[in-house]
Amino acid sequence: MNSNATRTRNRAVVLTGLGIALLVAVFLSPFASQNPDGLDRVSEDLKFSDKAAEEPPAQKLPFYQVFDEYALRGVPEQLATPIAGLVGTLATFGLAWGLGKLAVRGSDERQNHESE
Amino acid sequence: MVDVFSLTCSLYPLQWVAPHLALHIPDGFLSLPVMGVTWVAAIALIAICLNKAQAEYQDRTVPLMGVCAAFIFAAQMINFPIPGGTSGHLLGGTLAGILLGPWAGSLVMSVVFMVQSFLFQDGGITVMGANIFNMGLIGTFLGYYLFRGIRQAIGRNKLAGMVTGAAIAAWVSVMVAAIATALQLAISGTVALQVAMVGMVGWHTLIGIGEALITVATVSFIWRTRPDLFYRPPQAATSSLRRSLSTR
Repeated sequence: MNSNATRTRNRAVVLTGLGIALLVAVFLSPFASQNPDGLDRVSEDLKFSDKAAEEPPAQKLPFYQVFDEYALRGVPEQLATPIAGLVGTLATFGLAWGLGKLAVRGSDERQNHESE
Repeated sequence: MVDVFSLTCSLYPLQWVAPHLALHIPDGFLSLPVMGVTWVAAIALIAICLNKAQAEYQDRTVPLMGVCAAFIFAAQMINFPIPGGTSGHLLGGTLAGILLGPWAGSLVMSVVFMVQSFLFQDGGITVMGANIFNMGLIGTFLGYYLFRGIRQAIGRNKLAGMVTGAAIAAWVSVMVAAIATALQLAISGTVALQVAMVGMVGWHTLIGIGEALITVATVSFIWRTRPDLFYRPPQAATSSLRRSLSTR
């Protein structure tokens, strides 16, 4: 297969996939249900939600100065969650790509040799 | 639209009161031994995945790992309401397994939980081992192999096999994740086993249906557009692809 065509195809997958993820994170996140979710609800019903640490270690990280859960600090509410979604999605994308690059040391050349 | 917008704004304050947890366990819910065991299990499986990734995958999988992680992170932000005043969201482990296989799928899920915990205080750092195990690895391993068995039984090259396997595996993985979480909470002495089990299994029976729907929708979309991307693609995918791609 033409390697240029392959590259174009794969770029299309990345752009489409990342695009969909960003659309979801930015435009759907404000409409997410605010109801307590599974474990949250159970911990309230069964009265053990107060066992959650009041000052969890994550609040000592510098990121806590920037994000209060899925909300960017210091911007209007309507923007806080979409921006958090945008940053989180891009960070996840980049880290998973990076980890993949470190973990997968094979190459497409190897695959080409196999198919020859 | 204006109504929805103002409604959203008026709902925002609730977010501060009731943080997103889903199945995300916060710091403080688990005892030291339970944290230790789940950390060891998670790290051991991730180590195996790192080894297997090196042996089994090629460079072209790497961008797909980024995309899959981004999508699952984004999808996990979207809590869908379920009857009874609760909500749930996609876990995504089974989806990651179907797309990338259990090895790269597990790595992707681990990244998602790390970002959520470190950046957004969603899911405790001390209990991240448990969260990675429950919401990630149960899906990428149990979910994936269950999917694979069902798909094989129905027909590897049939959409029906893919969809049936994905739906059942997604639902089962959520149920098992809920059971695992209830067990961990009970062993930690946080709550009595029986009530925890009833509550967790009860709500997640419904949340699992959401998981199955989103997983099936995504898998079907990939089947229609780029079936060659699957970890174990249908045999027809590669040959038909060449024709369709030249026009793209």
